[in-house]
Amino acid sequence: MTAPPALALRGIRKHFGSVQALRGADFTLMPGELHALLGENGAGKTTLMHVAYGLARPDAGTVAIGGAVVSVPSPRAARRLGVGMVHQHFTSVLALSVAENVALAAGWSVYPAALRERVRALGDRVGLPLEPNTPAGRLSVGLKQRLEIVKALATDVHVLLLDEPTAVLAPGEAEELLRVVRVFTAKGGSAVLITHKLDEALAAADRVTVLRQGMVVHEGLATAETRESLAAAMVGEGAEKPVREGKTLGDEPGQGASVPVLVRLEELEVPRDTGYGIAVRRATLTIRAGEIVGIAAVEGNGQRELLRAVAGRLHALRGRREVAGPVGFIPEDRTTEGLIPALSLTENVVLGSRADDPWIRRGRVDWRVARARTAALLKEYEVVAPGPDVPAAALSGGNQQRVVVARELARQPRVVVAENPTRGLDLRATAAIHARLRAAAAGGAAVLVYCSDLDEVLDLSTRLVVAARGTLIEPPPGATRAQVGELMVTGGR
Amino acid sequence: MLLGLLVLAGGLQLAGYDAPTALGALWQGAAGSWYALTSATLVRAVPLVIIGLGIALAFRAGALNIGAEGQFYAGAIAAAWVGLHVGGRPAGIAATAVLLAAILAGMAWVLVPVWLKLRFGVLEVISTLLLNFVAESLVSLMVQGPLQEAQHIYPQSDSIAAAARLPLLPGTRLHAGLLLALVAAAALWYVFARTLWGFRLHAVGAGARAAEISGRIDVRRVGAVALLGSGALAGLAGGVELSGVSYALFQNLSPGYGFTAIAVALLARLHPLGVVATGILFGALEAGAGAMQRDAGVPAVAVYVVEAVVIVVVLLAEASARRATAARVTA
Repeated sequence: MTAPPALALRGIRKHFGSVQALRGADFTLMPGELHALLGENGAGKTTLMHVAYGLARPDAGTVAIGGAVVSVPSPRAARRLGVGMVHQHFTSVLALSVAENVALAAGWSVYPAALRERVRALGDRVGLPLEPNTPAGRLSVGLKQRLEIVKALATDVHVLLLDEPTAVLAPGEAEELLRVVRVFTAKGGSAVLITHKLDEALAAADRVTVLRQGMVVHEGLATAETRESLAAAMVGEGAEKPVREGKTLGDEPGQGASVPVLVRLEELEVPRDTGYGIAVRRATLTIRAGEIVGIAAVEGNGQRELLRAVAGRLHALRGRREVAGPVGFIPEDRTTEGLIPALSLTENVVLGSRADDPWIRRGRVDWRVARARTAALLKEYEVVAPGPDVPAAALSGGNQQRVVVARELARQPRVVVAENPTRGLDLRATAAIHARLRAAAAGGAAVLVYCSDLDEVLDLSTRLVVAARGTLIEPPPGATRAQVGELMVTGGR
Repeated sequence: MLLGLLVLAGGLQLAGYDAPTALGALWQGAAGSWYALTSATLVRAVPLVIIGLGIALAFRAGALNIGAEGQFYAGAIAAAWVGLHVGGRPAGIAATAVLLAAILAGMAWVLVPVWLKLRFGVLEVISTLLLNFVAESLVSLMVQGPLQEAQHIYPQSDSIAAAARLPLLPGTRLHAGLLLALVAAAALWYVFARTLWGFRLHAVGAGARAAEISGRIDVRRVGAVALLGSGALAGLAGGVELSGVSYALFQNLSPGYGFTAIAVALLARLHPLGVVATGILFGALEAGAGAMQRDAGVPAVAVYVVEAVVIVVVLLAEASARRATAARVTA
């Protein structure tokens, strides 16, 4: 007789307002397995895991942990039952130290010396070391994510739910994280990995489950699946399959003396975003009209500061920066930097208006014109929204990002800077953003883009530049994916 | 509002007062006659509205100016000083000079917090609050020193020159400051609703980081200008109170207008025209409180119960509205 499932969800139904998020979903997690949960944005993946973690109360259905049907009214109850969760968004208190955040999550005493040791020991035990005294706000995105996982594993957890933990990580970091999860499952723990990344699911997971529109449409062993079979299950039969053709690196369509140079950096030095130290060292880079230059980098290697310096959002310390205007800038974090969630879509489009925009007349805003313009943009960029007057907070992540992209590209910028523009988006939304960036380049803009997913940068860019420890390196023509990966880690030394 | 009055009535009855008499007195004192309406309610509403507009301006930009009381006193000091020295000038010029001095003094008083914020990142909540005590001490210093009346007996200044006083509505104590308040409200409404600058102010308050990243908004500058404007209005209120009502500077010139105005602005949800309405409402409550104390023996502070209940109800309504939005978002 086999052991009972570590976690079994049966016939889960859940609605929010008029939206039926889950329509009778079944999910089984066996002991010791790493189980990938796939699906597009809005398929119900997060909601299903929130039911298991006590964050959402199901309308119908049962939750069983270790074979016993239980009620999970709150995350506290879930943790008592041995269920831990790493959320899609960071849940750390930025003003507190790493150790204090762990204590907060685990319910430990905060007596400093003992806590420091305890947190250090915990980091070593789970294989994700962290400096206990660092304020959480100072951590890079990758390290913040690490803190989230350490927090989830701080108490005695045997079921770990991970909501898109690799969305913000570079390949090296993502592999590191999956390795840690593997160690956890090898010791008898069970883990659910919510992800958009098909390769990751195929490579890391034992089994996969695919959700579509609140129902399980596919389930099987990872070894029996292919990219194509999973993509078809996610988007439904007959839908477009993701396309990735092979590409040789160093292939530069934008070259030739007749094509104007729109971005020219010479020996540029840029300070860290946090204000301490140098992030970019003597960067020299030229981008011509029509080019899409992709930055491949592990989180925290200066790419963020480089992009912001090009976009004019961060001042360089030294060196030359010649960038044609106007510049469109798509920041990484759409809810704090791209948009103001409490403001309407129209107001968010007006945000960043210049005096020569059609809805500005001598310092006055003509809201009627701005609203009409926003409505047209929503249509053109296929944003699913009730109208231009709803707050940006009411939109899903993919649609929020489309609004940011629409605002930045509508002005027909000559230079486009995009920072991880598809973070956390599903296949369809990602494809739409890619198409927009390609169209901008085809229309004569110079595009500079960084994606945390290496395959995505390779796919999107016409030319690749590696950023490692603040230095820019152009990989040799015909470099392989493995060679690029090595450059990212070693910096060519 | 109704709930607030009901709580007040219930509380009065329980405490052994005659609630109907007390509420009747409250009504009589606030709006029972033309004189009560103009000379009690509106006279008290004028400083509340003007300061409330300034608070709305600052809060909209996310700058929490808690120092309107101090800026009001700074304005009043400057108005008294100028008002004592402009005798013999034409009335229009004298009054204008008084009000301009008050505006400049209010701005100067908030300049210190602005500088501390830009230079050292000191939170304006703390610096503006602390400067209130400095301003109150300064008033007390003034009325016992340089600005004390000629006899050197009472801790107050002489009355300002007649030419420096604001014109009154005949038969009442209501002065031209009401017009200034209404004009300021209309102007601020226009700025908020129609101008790019007003929108940027709102954007900074709603999401400073996104405003900064948009690349077109100097967040620090917007915050500084909003604070200065806020101080200017609070200073103006001090000047108006001095040249329209008291004519002389003394301690406790303001019964806490600078603090009540925060409630006025928040209750109006920082909307300038709403500030006019809530300012008059709070003016009426305070005017009625005096009458209630005289005619029914109920302590005037009981009215603060009504003010507090009104604020709590509005905050609760807003919180539940926010929760409804949040629920939609999660879906």
